[in-house]
Amino acid sequence: MRYLIKGGIVVDPVADTLTCTDILVEEGMIKEIGQLSDSEAEVIAAEGNYVCPGFMDMHVHLREPGYEYKEDIVSGTRAAAMGGFTSVACMPNTNPVADNAAIISHVLAKARNAAARVFPIGALTKGSLGKELTEMADLKGAGAVALSDDGMPVMNADIMLRVMQYASMLEMTVISHCEDNKLSEGGQMHEGAVSAMLGLKGIPSLAEEIMVARDILLSEYTGCRLHLAHISTEGSVRLVRQAKERGVPVTAEATPHHFTLTEEAVQGYSTNAKVNPPLRRQTDVEAIKEGLRDGTIDVIATDHAPHAYHEKDVEFQYAPNGMIGLETAVGLIFTQLVQPGILTVPQAVAKLTCNPHRVLGLSGGRLLPGTPANITIIDPKLSEVVDPTKLLSKSKNTPFGRWKLTGLPVLTMKDGLLVMRDRQLLE
Amino acid sequence: MFWQRKDLLGLRYLTPEEINLILDTAVPMKEIIGRKIKKTPTLRGRSMVTLFYENSTRTRSSFDLAGKFLSADTVGLTASSSSVAKGESLRDTGLTLTAMGVDVVVMRHPASGAAEYLAKCIPAAVINAGDGTHEHPTQALLDMFTIREKKGSMAGLKVVIVGDILHSRVARSNIWGLTKMGAEVRVVGPITLMPKDIEKMGVKVYHRLEDALEGADVVNVLRIQLERQQQGLFPSLREYSRLYGINQKRLELTASDAIILHPGPMNRGVEIEHQVAYGNRSFINEQVTNGVAVRMALLYLLTGGEYHALSN
Repeated sequence: MRYLIKGGIVVDPVADTLTCTDILVEEGMIKEIGQLSDSEAEVIAAEGNYVCPGFMDMHVHLREPGYEYKEDIVSGTRAAAMGGFTSVACMPNTNPVADNAAIISHVLAKARNAAARVFPIGALTKGSLGKELTEMADLKGAGAVALSDDGMPVMNADIMLRVMQYASMLEMTVISHCEDNKLSEGGQMHEGAVSAMLGLKGIPSLAEEIMVARDILLSEYTGCRLHLAHISTEGSVRLVRQAKERGVPVTAEATPHHFTLTEEAVQGYSTNAKVNPPLRRQTDVEAIKEGLRDGTIDVIATDHAPHAYHEKDVEFQYAPNGMIGLETAVGLIFTQLVQPGILTVPQAVAKLTCNPHRVLGLSGGRLLPGTPANITIIDPKLSEVVDPTKLLSKSKNTPFGRWKLTGLPVLTMKDGLLVMRDRQLLE
Repeated sequence: MFWQRKDLLGLRYLTPEEINLILDTAVPMKEIIGRKIKKTPTLRGRSMVTLFYENSTRTRSSFDLAGKFLSADTVGLTASSSSVAKGESLRDTGLTLTAMGVDVVVMRHPASGAAEYLAKCIPAAVINAGDGTHEHPTQALLDMFTIREKKGSMAGLKVVIVGDILHSRVARSNIWGLTKMGAEVRVVGPITLMPKDIEKMGVKVYHRLEDALEGADVVNVLRIQLERQQQGLFPSLREYSRLYGINQKRLELTASDAIILHPGPMNRGVEIEHQVAYGNRSFINEQVTNGVAVRMALLYLLTGGEYHALSN
């Protein structure tokens, strides 16, 4: 199939440019970029829209194997495609944990014909229990693109040191979930005025920042590439900024909910606002935005964490942490960051394309002739009110229901195949 | 004024007028408790369930008696563990009770916000009888009723709440209620038992008891749970008692007519000295009577009763 994407504003996040031009796609590859005409190609009119490299969400939970009632690889990648993502990297906290090559191979096999490309992340320690190193070389050989015990901090600094030494030998990125689980033990939300009023045990910012500081020091010591998942506090942003100034090989990500919502979203005991790390104060939200603006935070990732309705429909204390994010991320990025001028379009796109690819050591994330045609088109003027019942994810646990978002993906092309067009998934 | 709300979830959500309506309604209710025959037909044909996921003696029996004095049909349900551990969700338990024709569910639950959650799930009235470390509104209402009885009004009074503010639902409800009624609320306790940013609830925070007691009109002493020491939140009961125990000497710092309250049960010799607990400034036993009166008032208002109708 040949497609001619005509008249769009082509975004180059690496060169930081916007160019009004055309793209010809043939046999799954970008054939040519320029002022083009091709009578045999199907024309995709893109005037006024941003034509971007296909977006990557490097932090999602697809829940397969083990928790398919929440999400599976098919439903999760359909949600990804609907949200404008052509690639996702999935965390290993499945059941069983993706701590061996067989699970990585299983995920890749199930993802072969999925609506988005899937890059599995292997566990740092066996069972993500923080005790014994996984067979990292085997994981890498099976296709794991990075290592993480996401959701389960490696509390023992000595083990984290060995993990990072070993991962650096294999040139693999370690993705750290920074949480001192003694400081956060029993915590339900951010520690502060709202937790005091609601009578919920608070999780202090310190619980995250202490581990951010520790892991930065370990990265500095070992030279291991360290990526800090979902940082949420002013202090974490400051620590990453200082580390980068010293040349530590550290990168960081923030989620749309952490740059959009505060602890106030928990008022009324809304379980859809229960996440880990928790929603923080307004000053933290501002610090995250500033970190995104000045480049301290490299990546925007959703931490898409599906949970079934009955799991969230309980007393706040018993609800699991997490919210879905794949289908609302782009709208939130444009509404919260691009429209207010915090990020330019190329800067925002970089955090969804070349930067996550770079963090994971993958090629891609830029529109170049001769590369696979992974493309996302955004209509910056299109508005939609979020209706959770219409989301494609199996789970509907989002606090953004009834939010009006502007700036939405209208086309997703994966390896030259149209998977979403005009806000409709193509089967 | 008429009661308009379906539920009583916490004092945070009430207006001063609503609080006054409850307290005013409790006055004739207390008179019923003082009668030889403590029975009125007011709630005949109405049903109330006490659904307690946590152990409680006084609150539960207080509600039970309140219902019985007003001729409501009362049933008590206990759960030895949480709804989740039982395998039935709180929503389903609530819907089952609703299907049985229950008018009022009085619930105690270890999770903060559980009453608010149940209230959204079912059409019956929900009374929060204590949810986690969030609120215990009927305890605060009986405290306020007692204060009003003894002091005439709450406006301008200096009320000290002493102890484990961090884990106390009683403290939070008292803070909401008393600040709404114009009292100056001071909270005092070790920093490890004080919620971060609690001053944003409109209270003055102290860590030295003597400073907090200076000129106080009311001292509300919270029960210290002995397990908090095992959690490392303070070094020893001896030190707690030495720093925060209410004794005769410290009471001299308060106003000469200051009153002492305690939600009970007391650890005598720890947070409160025996002589203080049973002294002439203590109204701890009267609080218990007032608790039944306040709960009768709430059952009455939540099942459609009107204060004026009652007084006529």
